[in-house]
Amino acid sequence: MSWLLPILVSAPLVGAALTLVLGRRLVPQRIATLTIVSGTATGSLALLLHVDDQGPVTAQMGGWPAPLGITLIADRFSAIVLTVSTLMLLAVLVYAMAQLGRDAVDWWFHTKYLTLTAGVTLSLLTGDLFNLFVGFEVMLVSSYVLLTVRSTEREIRSTMSYVVINLLASALFLVTIAFTYGISGTMNLADLAVRLSEVDPAARDTLSMLMIVVFGIKAALFPLFMWLPDSYPTAPTPVTAIFAGLLTKVGVFVIIRTQTLLFPSDEPSTLLLFVAGATMTVGVLGAIAQNDVKRILSFHIVSQIGYMIMGLGLLSVAGLAAAVLYITHHIIVKTGLFLVAGVVEAEYGGGGLDRTGGLLHRRPVVAALFLPLALSLAGIPPFSGFVAKLALVQEGLALGQGAIVAVSLAVSVLTLFSMTKIWGATFWGEEKESSGSAGRLEIATTGVVLALSLAVAVSAGPLSELSLRAAADLKDPAVYVAAVLGGR
Amino acid sequence: MSLVTLLLVSILFGAGTFLLLQRSLAKIIIGLGLISHGANLFIMLSSTRSGAPPVLSDGVDPASVADPLPQAMVLTAIVITFGVTAFLLALALRSYLLTGSDEVEDDLEDRRIAQHAVEHS
Repeated sequence: MSWLLPILVSAPLVGAALTLVLGRRLVPQRIATLTIVSGTATGSLALLLHVDDQGPVTAQMGGWPAPLGITLIADRFSAIVLTVSTLMLLAVLVYAMAQLGRDAVDWWFHTKYLTLTAGVTLSLLTGDLFNLFVGFEVMLVSSYVLLTVRSTEREIRSTMSYVVINLLASALFLVTIAFTYGISGTMNLADLAVRLSEVDPAARDTLSMLMIVVFGIKAALFPLFMWLPDSYPTAPTPVTAIFAGLLTKVGVFVIIRTQTLLFPSDEPSTLLLFVAGATMTVGVLGAIAQNDVKRILSFHIVSQIGYMIMGLGLLSVAGLAAAVLYITHHIIVKTGLFLVAGVVEAEYGGGGLDRTGGLLHRRPVVAALFLPLALSLAGIPPFSGFVAKLALVQEGLALGQGAIVAVSLAVSVLTLFSMTKIWGATFWGEEKESSGSAGRLEIATTGVVLALSLAVAVSAGPLSELSLRAAADLKDPAVYVAAVLGGR
Repeated sequence: MSLVTLLLVSILFGAGTFLLLQRSLAKIIIGLGLISHGANLFIMLSSTRSGAPPVLSDGVDPASVADPLPQAMVLTAIVITFGVTAFLLALALRSYLLTGSDEVEDDLEDRRIAQHAVEHS
């Protein structure tokens, strides 16, 4: 299967070039983009099945053996995240096509969307620290352009801070790379895992902290999250939805990957648990204070990141498995919620809670889409969020981390509260005047995302077993190292 | 030699941070440029050894050449930073055309809270 890894990265890039050549011819552009994104999703799914069955798959770029060449690697963890991400990329692409021409989503959209896809797959599949930097940049540069597509004053203002923060984070990433290379003399993650185990613990801790800060900015961890709620809500709905679902989660993915692989430890990390608790609390308090559907949901992204970091902070197999499960659930639900928010905005011409109301009577189907997703985000049974949160709480209690468990449960209640705020102001209440009406395809796509989220809840058993297997691999860096470096 | 480079890196980072804290967009972008240069120079410092140009041909002893990897990484990083800086400049120009000023505005939320405080004091 190793031939598939480079294809998953290069196919979207070739597709991006192709869409540029096709120019303004919309129909062939759509066909090309749909084919490539659905092909990537299918490939990821096949990869996941293969990896779960046979163990990690690696590919050496240019035929240079590791650790000299650039390694691409898919283990269970990356294959799971890759599959969910590409499925969401496909769903949002269909949604965006339904909005084409309306929400300023025009022909060039496909090109940037495909480079974004390539950036995401490269960041998830790479086994090389510098290549990870490149993957991040490909993803981020695409996101800059997608954020500023309409170049209105508001968009420019919010994107400016987003670009500046990310450029600064990239510079810090380069400094981290320089430190790492200076200490270890290698960039290959597997080789790093071997060499870093021999260096001075003080140097290791410095690197570990630097990486948490660098990827914490991308993942919107407390206290580095302030750029997120400012920049996401201004973009067109499909763009916000895919950013909300994927970008920060790629950051979380990399934090989990680097911390478990390069700095293995058996004790729960007090620092990470504190950061997790603070991220949850600040995010949800921010959400409660907002008066706009998309802004509320944006603050919830921050809050939810805390749960994933909580799973990492517990640093046990079951804790990591809960984090993997949480990422899977969250990517789907968050994307779905933003798609619903897009439908609401299309109905009322804006998502401010003062201009919405009474949608339950006019479009009951939208309410039916929103309710399960919102309850799932808050962690109410029987939805997918409940399964993931239950796993986290159980493991937290088993390890005697009562404080973080209490915080996570309190934050769940507050999450539910802010969801009722959206529900009360948008779906209940007196009917407000609504200008546009959302198309059928948009609602249908959102329905598919909802179905996926329900599927996560229904197949909770096999899925948590899969994430337990993925977490066992994460907990034992030797699996990853052996896959890349062979038996050495 | 390495100490001089290290000093240069710290000056670049210091000046970059100072410029980053200014209100004018142009200064912020120049500051980011300086910080990126500092980071790139820092990568060069991480080379394991210096020596002849890393071009392998007849008669060149592989042990005598410089470490090529940091150079390759810096080259990539420079290209990426260049692209993003160009994009930022375009963004700054657009912002100037729209608002007629080069200043970074106050945060909306901050302004609202400040107003709230004035009204209720």
